[in-house]
Amino acid sequence: MWEKHRAFERNSIFLTVGILIVVSIGGLVELVPNFYLKSTIEDVEGMRPYTPLELKGRNIYIREGCYNCHSQQIRVLRDEVDRYGHYSLAAESMYDHPFQWGSKRTGPDLARVGGKYSDEWHRDHLIDPQSVVPSSIMPAYPFLADAPITGREIQRSLEIHQRLGVPYSDEMVENAAVDVFAQASPDHPAAADFAERYPGVAVRAFDGDPRRVTEMDALIAYMQMLGTLVDFDLYDGQADINLR
Amino acid sequence: MYETLAHAAQTWGLIYFVVIFAAVLVYALWPGNKKRFEDAARRPLDED
Amino acid sequence: MTDKPADKLLGNDEAGVFALLFWTAVACLLIVAKTQDPAMEIHAWFGLVASVAGAFALIVHASERRGTPPDEIGGKPNYHMGPVKLATALGAFWGVVGFAAGLFIALQMTFPALNLDLPWTTFGRLRPVHTSAVIFAFGGNVLIATSFYVVQRTCRARLAGGMWPWLVVWGYNAFIVIAASGYVLGVTQSKEYAEPEWYADLWLTIVWVIYLLVFLGTLWKRKEPHIYVANWFFLAFIVTIAMLHVVNNLAIPVSLTSSKSYIVWAGVQDAMTQWWYGHNAVGFFLTAGFLGIMYYFIPKRAERPVYSYRLSIIHFWSLIFLYIWAGPHHLHYTSVPQWAQTLGMTFSIMLWMPSWGGMINGIMTLSGAWDRLRTDPVLRMMVVSVAFYGMATFEGPLMSIRAVNSLSHYTDWTIGHVHSGALGWVGFISFGAIYCLVPWLWEKKRLYSLRAVEWHFWIATIGIVLYITAMWVAGIMQGLMWRAYTELGFLEYSFVESIDAMFPYYLIRALGGALFVIGSLIMVWNLWMTARHGEPAEEAAPRTLAAQPAE
Repeated sequence: MWEKHRAFERNSIFLTVGILIVVSIGGLVELVPNFYLKSTIEDVEGMRPYTPLELKGRNIYIREGCYNCHSQQIRVLRDEVDRYGHYSLAAESMYDHPFQWGSKRTGPDLARVGGKYSDEWHRDHLIDPQSVVPSSIMPAYPFLADAPITGREIQRSLEIHQRLGVPYSDEMVENAAVDVFAQASPDHPAAADFAERYPGVAVRAFDGDPRRVTEMDALIAYMQMLGTLVDFDLYDGQADINLR
Repeated sequence: MYETLAHAAQTWGLIYFVVIFAAVLVYALWPGNKKRFEDAARRPLDED
Repeated sequence: MTDKPADKLLGNDEAGVFALLFWTAVACLLIVAKTQDPAMEIHAWFGLVASVAGAFALIVHASERRGTPPDEIGGKPNYHMGPVKLATALGAFWGVVGFAAGLFIALQMTFPALNLDLPWTTFGRLRPVHTSAVIFAFGGNVLIATSFYVVQRTCRARLAGGMWPWLVVWGYNAFIVIAASGYVLGVTQSKEYAEPEWYADLWLTIVWVIYLLVFLGTLWKRKEPHIYVANWFFLAFIVTIAMLHVVNNLAIPVSLTSSKSYIVWAGVQDAMTQWWYGHNAVGFFLTAGFLGIMYYFIPKRAERPVYSYRLSIIHFWSLIFLYIWAGPHHLHYTSVPQWAQTLGMTFSIMLWMPSWGGMINGIMTLSGAWDRLRTDPVLRMMVVSVAFYGMATFEGPLMSIRAVNSLSHYTDWTIGHVHSGALGWVGFISFGAIYCLVPWLWEKKRLYSLRAVEWHFWIATIGIVLYITAMWVAGIMQGLMWRAYTELGFLEYSFVESIDAMFPYYLIRALGGALFVIGSLIMVWNLWMTARHGEPAEEAAPRTLAAQPAE
């Protein structure tokens, strides 16, 4: 039998394969069931895919590295629920490629920041955080208000999400490059169609200027919907047992 | 399905890994292997 | 093996490297022509210039070289130390860059005006520059250098692959440049420690597979039947990182000319995959690889065999088996299923044992030679690094316990924990290895100044202590403030009050970081003086042969 381990010591291929097997076990056991166990993702009412503008905003959030300082994951702990709202559900990030839960709260959690502040507050805060929160240590993002967004890549982005299982309709994909402007310009000719495709979604000039659609519009549109989709009146949570 | 998996992991999985760990322990501590390991440990020192 | 027939300009290995560079250049050229994405255009130009320059240098080298370097000269291995020297020098360079970037973003957290209101200089874009520079640029180059050195010496065989090891070092550093410049330009996947976008990931995969083949190829040529344990750790590091990197980064690019991609995993599954990757980047990049360094350089420097070779076997298999399970402890109380959290916690606690087994093995190697700690600051640096490893691997399991994690998670305690491992363990063992390697590689009798090493050691140690104590206080204070209730049952503090409370600790942390940067500058000066003005080694038999162009 000892000859067998000697084989590891003497044969680098055995050693390599042995290492691969040993390091695969933990990953397989912990990762694979999450794709198959139905209990992993809750049944909820209200989840919908991001609108093209929100997805743009999400990509800006990623680009600027917001996740380095802001989590989007309210843990099942009493103080977190009191501070931020209902604890986060798996279902709430099921369309997120990639997830944005974060790992550090240099600033507060943003999982349910949607609707907590006005659009103007967000705009002022992003342009100069210290103007609304004097002791904030957040960087300023004045350049977002001057960066017009383009429809480039947005249709293809929705298409990829559709292929990955996010329930975008073909119509949503085809009109993505128009919808991305329509949502931030109430007078846009396609605004009515947009409202039909995405029922109940806010259509307004998020940055206060209906004439231009900027990165500021996109980011605010994204933040204003964060954590607002699931109808918690209809959700019967089981996880409260974890509340400290 | 969750129960089945959890049960298998908590019984056979546990036994399986404990046996493998015991095998590694026995191998590493087997008196007959001592000399070889002592030689191996000198590898970095007796380079040219 | 360079294998150059008389009628051919290039050997097989050189032709292979040339072909890879050629096709990379073609791909970059196509992207330059077609892309509308400014960041992609910059990166494609960089790739084009770098691969053409590389191919040009290769041709010049091949035409000037006469014959091929033999595997052995006079019955002794003809070691290939060029790529090792390069990776060592680049490791020291990137170390200073990465530490300085860390200091800058630490200062941004105390003085937010330093974000400069520009897109390229905000904390959010620079933080990955810091983490990638220290982990992948500094740590990665040190690992490539030491693994290439150790595998040759313990196998008594010349590095396999002829020209390919050069491609590994240059190719890896090209990846670093693409990754870091990408973050500044806003190109990121947002997956922590896996931020580089799809094309950088693809290039790294190619380089990494070549790295594995060069390493294995050298093992295949060895003159000893037994593979020395340090090589097991290096091999586990290379193989596992390949697996983690590929699975975690699976993504669909928006187009082949776009720098943007979407990760195929979503939500919970993505979180699980990310922290399976993230924690094992710690386990296999920052631990297994550096344990390989420990198992070679500490015995070598102490001139004693490792304390227990048998313990090292148990250490190896139990460490790599247990580590891979620990990821979900990053996700306690989140929407990840509780069974996964429990598994992650259980294995993290068990991991304490092999970690301390390794620490005992490293430190006890000194038994009978403890006086060397007083006289040799390089050895002391490495032993202190193992002590920091012991501290961090005790703190880690503690923080993985759900109840403790409910307090520590999301706070600066985690940052402090990471840095006791990163500055103390990874930093110091790397400095120790570099201090050993430079005189060996540049054939000097000794380091230029041992006094400078003493200064480096003490300044950096004080820096680490300031850093981690400040972060303990800051983190625990944040955790307690966030959960504090008044008598009436209301939350006692607003979030911003917890930020206000951080100022003095963030300042102390920046001071600690500044000391660590100063220490690393002293090191670079010392290494430079050693390589340029050090006293030549007297009997330089095998190493000089390696450096001479062989006929």
